[in-house]
Amino acid sequence: MKPFGYLRVSSVEEAVRAAGEHPGARFLAGGTNLVDLMKLGVEEPRTLIDVTRLPLDRIEELPDGGVRIGAMVRNSDLAASVPVRERYPVLSQSLLAGASGQLRNTATTGGNLLQRTRCLYFQDTSKPCNKRLPGTGCPAREGVHRDLAVLGHSQHCVATQPSDMAVALAALDATVHLHGPDGERSVPATDFHRLPDDHPEQDTVIRPGELLTAIQLPPVATGTRSRYRKARDRASYAFALVSVGAVLDVRDGVVRRAALAFGGLAHRPWRARAAEEVLQGAPATEDTFARAAEAELAAARPLRDNGFKVPLARNLAVGVLTDLAEIEDPADPGPSRPA
Amino acid sequence: MNPHFPPGPPPYPLGAPLVRREGREKVTGTARYAAEHTPPACAYAWPVPATVARGRVTAVDTAAALTLPGVCAVLTHENAPRLATADDPTLLVLQEDRVPHRGWYVALAVADSLEAARAAADAVRVSYATEEHDVELTTGHPRLYEPETVNGGYPATRERGDFDGAFADAPVTVDALYTVPPLHNHPMEPHAATAWWSDGHLTVHDASQGSTKVCEDLAALFKLEKSDVTVVSEHVGGGFGSKGTTRPQAVLAAMAARHTGRPVKLSLPRREMPAVVGHRAPTLQRVRLGAGRDGVLTALAHESVTHTSTVTEFVEQAAVPGRVMYTSPNSRTTHRVVPLDVPTPSWMRAPGEAPGMYALESALDELAVALDLDPVELRMRNEPDTEPDSDRAFSSRHLVGCLREGAERFGWQPRDPRPGVRREGRLLLGTGVASATYPVLIAASAAEAHATADGGFRIRINATDIGTGARTALAQVAAAALGVPEERVGMEIGSSDLPPAMLAGGSAGMGSWGWAVHKACTALRARLRDHVGPLPADGFTVTADTRQETSERSPYSRHSFGATFAEVQVDTVTGEVRVRRLTGVYAAGRILNPRTARSQFTGGMTMGLGMALMEGSSLDPAFGDFAERDLASYHVPACADVPWIEAHWLDEDDPHLNPMGSKGIGEIGIVGTAAAIGNAVWHATGARLRDLPLTPDKVLPYL
Repeated sequence: MKPFGYLRVSSVEEAVRAAGEHPGARFLAGGTNLVDLMKLGVEEPRTLIDVTRLPLDRIEELPDGGVRIGAMVRNSDLAASVPVRERYPVLSQSLLAGASGQLRNTATTGGNLLQRTRCLYFQDTSKPCNKRLPGTGCPAREGVHRDLAVLGHSQHCVATQPSDMAVALAALDATVHLHGPDGERSVPATDFHRLPDDHPEQDTVIRPGELLTAIQLPPVATGTRSRYRKARDRASYAFALVSVGAVLDVRDGVVRRAALAFGGLAHRPWRARAAEEVLQGAPATEDTFARAAEAELAAARPLRDNGFKVPLARNLAVGVLTDLAEIEDPADPGPSRPA
Repeated sequence: MNPHFPPGPPPYPLGAPLVRREGREKVTGTARYAAEHTPPACAYAWPVPATVARGRVTAVDTAAALTLPGVCAVLTHENAPRLATADDPTLLVLQEDRVPHRGWYVALAVADSLEAARAAADAVRVSYATEEHDVELTTGHPRLYEPETVNGGYPATRERGDFDGAFADAPVTVDALYTVPPLHNHPMEPHAATAWWSDGHLTVHDASQGSTKVCEDLAALFKLEKSDVTVVSEHVGGGFGSKGTTRPQAVLAAMAARHTGRPVKLSLPRREMPAVVGHRAPTLQRVRLGAGRDGVLTALAHESVTHTSTVTEFVEQAAVPGRVMYTSPNSRTTHRVVPLDVPTPSWMRAPGEAPGMYALESALDELAVALDLDPVELRMRNEPDTEPDSDRAFSSRHLVGCLREGAERFGWQPRDPRPGVRREGRLLLGTGVASATYPVLIAASAAEAHATADGGFRIRINATDIGTGARTALAQVAAAALGVPEERVGMEIGSSDLPPAMLAGGSAGMGSWGWAVHKACTALRARLRDHVGPLPADGFTVTADTRQETSERSPYSRHSFGATFAEVQVDTVTGEVRVRRLTGVYAAGRILNPRTARSQFTGGMTMGLGMALMEGSSLDPAFGDFAERDLASYHVPACADVPWIEAHWLDEDDPHLNPMGSKGIGEIGIVGTAAAIGNAVWHATGARLRDLPLTPDKVLPYL
C-alpha cells in the first residue's frame, strides 16, 4: 500500500501553510476525480490536505450584481442556486449536463475546474503519457483519440479538458480567485487552463501551494441570454464530444455582445474570440452565426479520427446562438417520452 | 392445459408473477457474493497483467515485492503449482513464459490485505522478450481460415442450391458489409473467487454462471476427485456469458491458497476484465440477398469474418441464424477466423444471434427499401414451412404472430416508408423493425426432491441464479409439480455439492433445471400418494436426472422467435441518436414467471440498445489491448437512454420442449434490437449506417 499523510485544515491560511510544509501534497475536496486517480496510480500524493471544512461553501450575491461562489460549493448546490439559474443559466445547465446526481452532490466548484483529462493513455500507467510522465511520449496522437483535441494541441499532448462547468465560466468571463504563499491573486477563467505546449503536465496556471478559493461571476447586462449545449455518446453520464456555452445580447436584430466557448475541443475551454469578432455588431442571423463559428474553427487541426468534432462544434454553436436569438422555435432537442 | 402439471387454481403458481425469493437479502445487502466471504486468516490476491502484446517473460523480479509488509507470496510461472491440462487453455495460468496477449496474467501477489497485495503486484518487475504483434482484423487478412465448426458446434459452412447463380439472376439484390466492434459483458459483479483448502478438500466461492463445470475443471486442473472440490455460486451479480465458463480467478485463487496454505480472495479489477474474461469478438459480415419482385428470397449469403486469440479457437457463429430465419432455396453461410494477438473471445449474451441478426435483419430492411415493400410484410412473405437448413419441422414458430402483435401494439401503421421526412424541430424521427430468434438448448441436469415429515419440501439442484429469478421460478415449477403452495417449497441451489446441473447460459437454465426438478417432484408426489400414514422422521427423498430425455435429439427445429420495433430521434445538429421507444413481442413457449421474464426481455432489449448506439471498444494497434476498459469509457445505456421499453409475449403452447413447455428467455431480447434501431435510423435520416455503434461521429456526416 502506498502510504500518504492526511491533514484536515480549518482556514485558507492554514491550508496554504500546510501545502508549503508538505511537498507533494494535494488538496482534497470532493475527491471524485483525485481519489479515482489515486486508485489508478496516476496521482500519488504524499499528503492529502482536506479542505472540505474551509468556510468556502457560500454563494454570495455581490453589490455590483455579480456572484461569488466559494470553491467548496457542491456542483448540485451551485446548479440549483436561484441567482445562478436566473442570471447565469449557461452555468446551471453546464453543471447539470455533467456527471451524475451522486457525483454532483459530492464534487466541488474548485475541484470541477481542476479535474484532469479523461484521455485513456493518461489514465493507464502501463503506457507512456507526457502529461503523466513528461518526456515519455504521446501515444494518443496515433492511437485512440476520437474524443481528444482538434484545437491548440501540441506534438506533446492532444488531451482535452473535460469540465462542462469550465466552458460556461469561460463564456461568462468569470474570475478565478487563488490564495497562495504569496497571498491572493485572481486570474480570468479564460486564462486559467493552459494549452499543452511543451508542458502538458501543467493543466492550469495554478502555482505550487496555491488554493483555489472562489469563482467570481461578473454582473450580466439586462437582455443577455445564455445557454449550454453538450453533444455526447449517450443521453447522460458521458463527457462531451463537443459542447458550447454561449452568452448573447441581441437588440433590434443586431448582436450587441456575444461570448462563445467550446468544450471538448482543446486542452482548455476554448473561448472563441475570432467568432465573437464576427458576431459583434453583425445581424443576428443563422448566416452570421455560421460564419462566426467557421472563423473560429478554421484553426482546427483534427487528428485522424476526430475530424467530426469540427462540423459538430459548428452546428452546436449555430444551434445555440440561433436559439438564444430566438430566430426559430427553440425546440428542445433533448430526448422525450411519448405521451 | 399442460398435461404434465396437475390441474387447478392457485396454489399451483406456475405462471404467477412471484417476487424474487432473495430480493430482500439483495436490497438489504445481506446476500453474499463470491468476494464477500472472508474465512479466518484470509489473504488477498492481486494479479499482474502482461504489458506486452506478444512475447515471453524473461525474468520476474519479485524481491522488492516480497520485502513489502504483509506480503505472503508472489506466484509466477516459475513457482506456481503445476496444473494438469485443461479443455480451456485460458485456464492454464502461470504455467509457462509465453505471453499470448496484453493483459494475460504473468504473476499474482498474495498478502494480508488487499492494499498490500496491490502494492506487491505493483512492485513486481517483469522483463519480456517482445515479438511483433498483430491485433487488426480485416476482411482480407492473409491468415484467415475456415474453421471446422463454430461456437455451439455448428458447421462453419453450409451451402444449399446455387447461391451464385441465383444471386446473379435475382432482379432485386442487396450486398452489404456490416461491422460489429468488440463488445464486453461487464457484469456489475466483477469476476471474483474466495478459495481455501482443508484436509485436501478445495472449497471455492466463485462468481460463476455454473459451478458444476467449475468444480469439474478445478478437479481436473488440480488432479482431484470431483468429490474433493466444492464450488459455491450462491448469488451472482450478472454474467452475460462471461461467467459461463470457468475463469482464471477461480484457478488463481485456488493456486494461491494451495501455495500459501491460507484462504485467498481474488476479485478482478474492472479494467483487467476485458483481457481475461472473454468478449464478443468483432465481426465483419457480408450479407447478400437476392429476391424476386414479389419479395420472395431466391438467394441468401451471410459470410462472417472474426478474430480469435492464439490461445484457443473461439468463433462467433454470426452466420448461423441465416440457416433458420427465412426461406431461400439457394443459400451460403460461412465463417472465417484469424488468430490474432488479442484476448480470447468467448460467450456474450446471444453469441452468434446478436451480431448475426444485426447484419441479416439490417439487410432485410435494405431489401424492403429496394423492393418498396413494407419490412414487416417482407418478412411474412419469406416465412418458411420448415427450418430452411435442415428441413426439420419447427416445434413451434410464431414469428408472424410476433410481427403482427408487435406492429399493432407499436402502432407501426400507417407508416410513410420514405426516409428523412418526419421532422420535429431539429429532430428527425423514424421507426424500424427486426426479427429475433434464439435456439432452444437443453442439457442433462439432476435434482433431488425431499418431503419433510412436517409437510414441507426441499429441492436441491445446482442451478445458478445470476439475477434472473431462477431460484423463484424453479420453486414455482416444483410447487406446481407437487401440487402444493409455493411457500412450502424450499430451494437449495448454487453449490457443486448439490445434484449436478446445467449452467445458467444459452437460455437453457430453466428448461434444463426445471425438467429435472419436475421429474423429481413428480416422482416424489407419486410416492407420497402411495404412502399411507405419517412420513418417517427423515422424510422421503427422490432424485432424478434427465440424461436420457436430453440425449434424444429432437426431431424438431426448436427456436424462440420475436419481433422488435423501435422509434428513434436523430438530432440533426449533433448526430445524436436516442431511442424513444422499443416494443418487443416474443414467442418463447410458456412464461413461468411474468415478472422475472419481463426483466429478462427488457434487460436484453436494453443491452441491444447499447449495442446499437454506444457499446464497443477499440483494439489499440500499438499496444494490442482494448483501449476502453472501464465503465467510464465503455458506455452502456444510462437510465436516460431508455425512455420507453415494453416487452410482451404470445401464449405459445409447444408440446415438444420439456414438461413446463418453456423455451428460455435470457437472450432473445438482445437479438434484433440493434437492427431495429439501425433500421429506424435509416427511416429517420435516409442514411444506411452499417458500422456499430451509431455514435454522433458516424451519424453526423450524413445529416
